[in-house]
Amino acid sequence: MLATPIKELHLSRREVLQAGGAAVVTALLMGLPLPVQASPKDVKQRLDELTKGAELQEGRVAIELPALTQDGKRTRIRVTVESPMTDEDHVKAVHILAERNTVPKVGSYFFSPMSGKVDITTRMRVAKSQTIVVAAEMSDGSFYYTKARCRVARGAGGCG
Amino acid sequence: MKPKAPRIRMPKAAKPGEIIPIKTKIRHPMETGWRKDGNGKTVPRNRITRFVCRFNGALIVAADYDAGIAADPYLLFHAKVTGDGVFTFRWEADGNETYTAEVPFQVGAGA
Repeated sequence: MLATPIKELHLSRREVLQAGGAAVVTALLMGLPLPVQASPKDVKQRLDELTKGAELQEGRVAIELPALTQDGKRTRIRVTVESPMTDEDHVKAVHILAERNTVPKVGSYFFSPMSGKVDITTRMRVAKSQTIVVAAEMSDGSFYYTKARCRVARGAGGCG
Repeated sequence: MKPKAPRIRMPKAAKPGEIIPIKTKIRHPMETGWRKDGNGKTVPRNRITRFVCRFNGALIVAADYDAGIAADPYLLFHAKVTGDGVFTFRWEADGNETYTAEVPFQVGAGA
């Protein structure tokens, strides 16, 4: 239809209504799942905000997360970061990000040398099968990250 | 659902300088503000947004919670105990609601 020269395009009333109806349906389909889910791009953007240009290196961070969760509403995640946790060299923050949750931010945790070690366990929402990214900010301003894939069993997605 | 008293578990005794695990759990719906109830009405947002644990005033761990944290937020973390003191726990929720708890800790107590 796009190839039709404009002067030859004669639309009947029915055709106009059908086209309009299709547009409304498309708009509804696109607009209805309000709030729109996040994408890997949003996680990338969030990481850029956090690192402010610093290099994001792989390693030092470890995630324990089930490869297949039966309950996306509460999925256990354990995060550990290798660090001596001294005044000069410690983990300042840990950020958990989900690529396909409604919002990529899950939680941010802040530490001090008094934390002794970074070994936290919490329960997060996993909306659908996706990659979870965990980034750690060190006291010297360097950043480390790791990611883990988590599948969600059919019908077990956690809203969020 | 009114939150019950937070539940906190940690070892009864430790050596000075030891790193101890602390488990915390608080009852809270963590409503995202996006969910609809049976009548199609949006359930208003009601989330815990921040958690802080201190030992004698010094920061052990702080956390900013977003929508991805499950209801009844549970957190296991660690703390280095240097001596006797008091752990304070504080949860901040939407609507200026706060829940606090205090746990005194004695190095070597009950060992």
